Order: sequence, then C-alpha cells, then structure tokens
Amino acid sequence: MVTTSAMSAPSPSVQSLLRPVVSVGSVNGAPTPLAPQIAIEIDDVDFCYGASKALHDITLNIAARQVTAFIGPSGCGKSTLLRCLNRMNDLIDGARVTDGQIRIDGVNIYDPRVDVIELRKRVGMVFQKSNPFPKSIYDNITYGLRIQGENNKARLDEVVEKSLRGAALWDEIKDRLHESALGMSGGQQQRLCIARAIAVEPEIILMDEPCSALDPIATAKVEELIHDLKKQFTIVIVTHNMQQAARVSDRTAFFYLGKLIEYAETKVIFMQPANAQTEAYVSGRFG
Amino acid sequence: MSAPKITTSTLFGRPSWAQRAEQGVLWLLRLCTYFVLVCAAFIFFDIGWKGGAVIFKTSAPFINVPFLTEAPETLNVFMRDGQKVTMGDRAFREYKSKHEALMKGAKVETYVYSAGGIFPNIVGTVLLVAGAILIALVLGVLSAIYLSEYATDGTFIRFLRLSIVNLAGVPSIVYGLFGFGFFVIALDFGVSLIAGWLTLAFMVLPVIITASEEALKAVPKGYREGSLALGATKFQTIMSNVLPYAMPGILTSSVLSIARVAGETAPIMFTAAFVMRDELPWQVQKWTDSIFQGVMALPYHIYVVASKIPQNEYTRNVQYGTAFVFLFTVAAIAMTAIILRQRLRKKYQW
Repeated sequence: MVTTSAMSAPSPSVQSLLRPVVSVGSVNGAPTPLAPQIAIEIDDVDFCYGASKALHDITLNIAARQVTAFIGPSGCGKSTLLRCLNRMNDLIDGARVTDGQIRIDGVNIYDPRVDVIELRKRVGMVFQKSNPFPKSIYDNITYGLRIQGENNKARLDEVVEKSLRGAALWDEIKDRLHESALGMSGGQQQRLCIARAIAVEPEIILMDEPCSALDPIATAKVEELIHDLKKQFTIVIVTHNMQQAARVSDRTAFFYLGKLIEYAETKVIFMQPANAQTEAYVSGRFG
Repeated sequence: MSAPKITTSTLFGRPSWAQRAEQGVLWLLRLCTYFVLVCAAFIFFDIGWKGGAVIFKTSAPFINVPFLTEAPETLNVFMRDGQKVTMGDRAFREYKSKHEALMKGAKVETYVYSAGGIFPNIVGTVLLVAGAILIALVLGVLSAIYLSEYATDGTFIRFLRLSIVNLAGVPSIVYGLFGFGFFVIALDFGVSLIAGWLTLAFMVLPVIITASEEALKAVPKGYREGSLALGATKFQTIMSNVLPYAMPGILTSSVLSIARVAGETAPIMFTAAFVMRDELPWQVQKWTDSIFQGVMALPYHIYVVASKIPQNEYTRNVQYGTAFVFLFTVAAIAMTAIILRQRLRKKYQW
C-alpha cells in the first residue's frame, strides 16, 4: 500500500510509485543512475483523443528545480501534454497515450503497475480556473493530508502555516483561516490553490495557465511566487502569455499543431529562435 | 413630397385590435394561474376550517389532546334523562357495568371509529415516511453516484435510464400489488412496516435517482479535478468533495418524495396498513419484530372513515380532523427536510 515515504524522504524512492515493488535503479536515498537534474523524461509520446491525434512524437526532458514553460497557440497540445504528466487525462473517455513513455525517476508513469494516486501526490497541479473547495481556508489546505489519513491537529496546523507561508499568503489571511475560501479575492484563491498543492509536498507542480483569470497585480504576485517555489519544486507551466513565459521560465518549449517545434533555454527561444515558426510566434506575427 | 404625418389620433386613439388581443391573452394567462390558487385556497380553507374545529378548542388547553393521543374507538350514543350522551367504547363499557339497571333496554346507537383519536395513525405515517425516505435516499443516491460518476454512456446505460424513467410512470396501485406479491407473500414479510417501506421506496426511487444525478452533475468539474490532483481516490473525491455539495439538490427531491410517500394510499393498503390495530409497532416481545408489524396510517384511515363506514355527523368530525392532522404532519416532515437543506446550503455555498 501507499506509504508517506514519498512525502518525507528528501530523495523519493522509485518504488513508491509502483504498487508491487519492482527494483529499478537504486533506493535508500541514493541518486538514481539517470542524470539527477532531469525530473521528467518525455520520450517519443503520441497522444489521442479517441481517433484524433493530439500529440505527435513529443520528446523533451524537464529539468529538476527549474521552471519549464509550454507555449503555443490554442489547440497546440500544450495543456494536453501537461495533463499527461500527472495522468489527469485518464479522466477523459477515449483519451490515451498511444506510443512512447513518460518517465519520472526512470519509471514509466503509464506502466500498468503505477499507482496513479501516489503519482498525483508527487506531481501536484494548479488549474486555469482557480478551484478552491467551498470549505474553509484551513480545510482546503489540509484536504490532501486528511484524505491520506493525517488527523494530528498539531501536524495539520504546522502544514497550514508552512504552505501558506510558502505561497506568500500567510500574512494576508492568517486571521481568517476558518472562513470560507470563496470569500478571498481571485488572486488569493489561486495562491491558495498553490498552497494546497504544496501542502502534500509534491516534487513537481504543474500549472495550467494559472494567471489567465487574474489581474496584472495578482499575476505579478503569482509570478513572484513561482520564482520562489522553484528552489524547492520542479515547475511546468502552460501559458498563453509570452511575456510571462519570458519572465518566469528557465526553459521554454514551443508547440504547434500537436508537435514540439522548438525547446531551448528561454533566452534562446525569445532572442535567437532557431525555427522560423517559433520566431513568428514569439514576435507576435501569428497565434 | 409630403412628410408622413403623425396625427394624435393614431397615437392616442382607441386601442387597436392588437392591443386588445394582447390584453386578452394576458388576462387568460393570469386567470389560468389564479385558478390554481383558488383550488388550493378552497382545499386548505375547507380542511383548515372544519378540521380546525375538531383539533382546536376555545378553552384550555386549546387543543383536542385526546384526538392526538388516543386510538380510534367506537362511539356510543344513548339517551339519559332525556339528554343525548356520547361516549367512547371503553368509557361506555365501564359505565354500563356500573349502571346495569339503568342501561337495561336502553337504545344505544354505535358509530365505528368515531370516538377516541388518531394517535396510531400519526405514528404509522411518520414511521412509514421516515423509513421509506431513508431507504429511497440510500439506494437512490448510490445509484445516482454510479450513473453520474462511474457509468460510461452506452446501450446498456441508456436502457437503464429508460427503465428508471418508465418506473416513474407506473401507477401506485401497481406498486402496491407488486409489494404485496413480492414482499408480503414471496419474501414472507407479511403486512408490515418493512414491506410498506420497500414498496414506497421503490415508488419514489426514480424521482430521487433522477434528481440526485442532476444535483451531482451540477457540481463543478473543478472540484473533482482539484481533489484528484491532490492524490484522492475517485471514491474519496465523491464522498468528501462532490456529494456534500450536491446534498441540497438531493434533499429537494426528497421533499417532493416525502409528500408522495406520505400521501399515497394504494401502495400501503396491501403491504403495511391495517384498518384497526390496538398495538403500536414497538409493543412487541423482541424489538427486532417491530419492523414486521403492520401499522395504521393517516391516508388509509381517511379512506376508511370516508368510504367504508356509514356517514353521519359524528364521522364527519373524524374525517376532517384526520385530514387536518395529515396535512400538518406532511408539512412538518417536509419542513424538516427544507430546514436541513437550508443549513447545508449555507455550509457549502458555491
């Protein structure tokens, strides 16, 4: 059964993702034989919604403790790829990875033995539309731990404070932890969702256009937060806003019509893109 | 070239045909709506007025307590010293044994069910409604969860939905006969609370399933995704982050069902209701036997006193009194569900 080792161990074991234990790589905190700075390997992935193919042969490595941005026009497959990384696409009928592998710590997360629940604890997600639950702020943050069976009040209190501080929200709302989360402003709600995601101590946080519904000031706060969070977490962000990609990310992947067109350091993508389509898109000529 | 002239007569003149037709339509619609109000007012006023006269008294304690706390009994009417005396059966027997000489040869008229009260009927109806709604809610909500959260649309599921809709159209007497054949005879429950509960529950199940499914589907997808992304299982997500928010909608369906379960006579007349029974359901040797006891019920009592016994001024009181108490009981049970819904709405506002 699932243990909490993935949450507390500084270097999570490969086994925690797999229900029947299989030995892949080394355990007990030793670094995996794969290059340690790579958090996610996306290897030649094809993805289909029913009969229509949404992703074609996507191959890229996502670096640990960096911010990777996925950009591209609507319908290019960037959100689809993001939702492959924590298998959120499993919820859609007929949606499936048809070829290739996505590996985290060397384990293919589409292996039938993978425990999806454990995977989602390790790969958190923040959605486009902020979705605080209609509960108190406190209950929102402790939701993830409570469903894992954590009921120790002192521990929950500690996690609430730590997560809210981590999401730069503590000072704003520490006096109304037991009020409804829906009474907060839009920007606060989105940062609460980030706090809720980091409360279960994931390694990777996926963000699906987290600022698209926020005003510029709230956006600036979230971007600042992303900058702080990358010290601890690997972040993958999908954004429509190219300035945002340029501001927050270390590496940027440009997608078009379900294909990865170019993937490089953000500086390179925006200053000297190798591909003509990339250049046209980042300079605002199409998309 | 002359500009079109707007004369005062076209703007301020007599109403045109179109205007009159519009007025006519408005009044037709209005009258149709008001007609419902007239019917409702007539029913409530008639029962409130005549039933109220039975239930309420002008002197302390202002309420006809025996009517609410005693079992029905036969009314005896006889002449004493040239005056008409009315007496319930128990009191009458005692009186008769004390005044044997006096009563010899006296002419006594008896009116069945016209004395005493309707306490066992109130108890029976409350128990029938509570049990049936509980069973229907558990079964209905679980089915709705399956249909809305787990089942993928296919031929079989479409057939299943069609069956549920069709079930809603089955006449209640058919449910009564089904309950009698299946629960009372085949499963050998006898005429009992449990047979009545199950029959009534099956009768309202389609309404509860359909309404619960709609309520579940109305919960935003974001709550499900947010919960799953935190590592909750699907069932954990449903129980802690979907079902609570759907509860107000589910309770709305149960309010409608309460009125139906309480009011239907046909399903219980073969499965749970007795015309007359001296023991209350909990007056049994073993407490587990209590669900196998038949009960008296308000709607069935109204049916009996209104159509199965000779009509006279004494039975009238029982009829109106029972109808009044019946309306009040249903309103009280429904009100409980409405208050519960209001609380949940406040707690989980979204």
